[in-house]
Amino acid sequence: MTDSAPDTLVTDDMTERKGVWGSERVSPPIAESDIRKWAIAVYWPETPPPIFWDPDYAVTTRWGSIIAPPDFNPFAWPIVTPKDKAAKADKPKEKPKRRLRGMNGGQVETYGAPMRPGDVITMRNRLRDWEELETRLGLTLFSYSEMEWHNQNNELVKRRVSTAILY
Amino acid sequence: MTINVYFEDVNVGDTIPAWSRKTDFMHWNRYAAVNDEFIPIHMDDEAGRAALNEQGAFGMGNLRYAYIVNALQDWMGDEGQIREIGCQFRAINQKNDVLTVTGTVTEKLVEDGEHRIKLDIDVVNQNGDPTCPGHAIVTVPARS
Repeated sequence: MTDSAPDTLVTDDMTERKGVWGSERVSPPIAESDIRKWAIAVYWPETPPPIFWDPDYAVTTRWGSIIAPPDFNPFAWPIVTPKDKAAKADKPKEKPKRRLRGMNGGQVETYGAPMRPGDVITMRNRLRDWEELETRLGLTLFSYSEMEWHNQNNELVKRRVSTAILY
Repeated sequence: MTINVYFEDVNVGDTIPAWSRKTDFMHWNRYAAVNDEFIPIHMDDEAGRAALNEQGAFGMGNLRYAYIVNALQDWMGDEGQIREIGCQFRAINQKNDVLTVTGTVTEKLVEDGEHRIKLDIDVVNQNGDPTCPGHAIVTVPARS
């Protein structure tokens, strides 16, 4: 590893993994209580809206049942932390050509079907694409990772595209 | 059923009600508990300083994102739906910061049978610093 300026920050490993979905992870069934606790935490110290905890109210809405906030994470608290390397397909396996600094460049999430109690969510990830630009930081790599969640009916629940900035 | 906003009543340039929280360990620890996000920089001042934040532990970007979700949810009501949120994390959420979600309507359109509203959003701190600029798209019911 050297600090000399390389021609590219793209590794062979990245090229190999580009666009390839990793193995899937499946959430436990979402519990009504998981949603209630999530809503309490993100609305703390105020009371969250009843759509997230009151089934009698929720049945009167267009949704017909309690739904989860779209940022709810059904994958929290796994019994077994995923160790399957294939499940981390968007993680680099090969060291970059020089030591890189990085920052979170932000994210865009699009939402489809809302999550409900009893739903089982399947997640998959991939390194979608990247671009290299000369910036004030020097040669800079903008790496775009994509994550998709589908429910048990194969409806898209969420798609997130995250940007990592490496330089 | 709660309808807060009808499509016809929204105009470009409208702002959503400001949504604020003063954030500290009481908020961060609760979020860590539900999101399984027990990361030392969010829980321990020494770890925060070791990560070059002189003021110590700092808040989670994911919680700031949740505040954006909440602000949109509270504004549009339960018959609306968030379709998209995009943002960049620009500044650190320091302990005792007062974070306020702001939103301004930039466009209205009917697309794929939905009445959609686009907004510019941000989470500003008590100094007015933009910490999380971005955009959102929501759908709301129409009167007709």
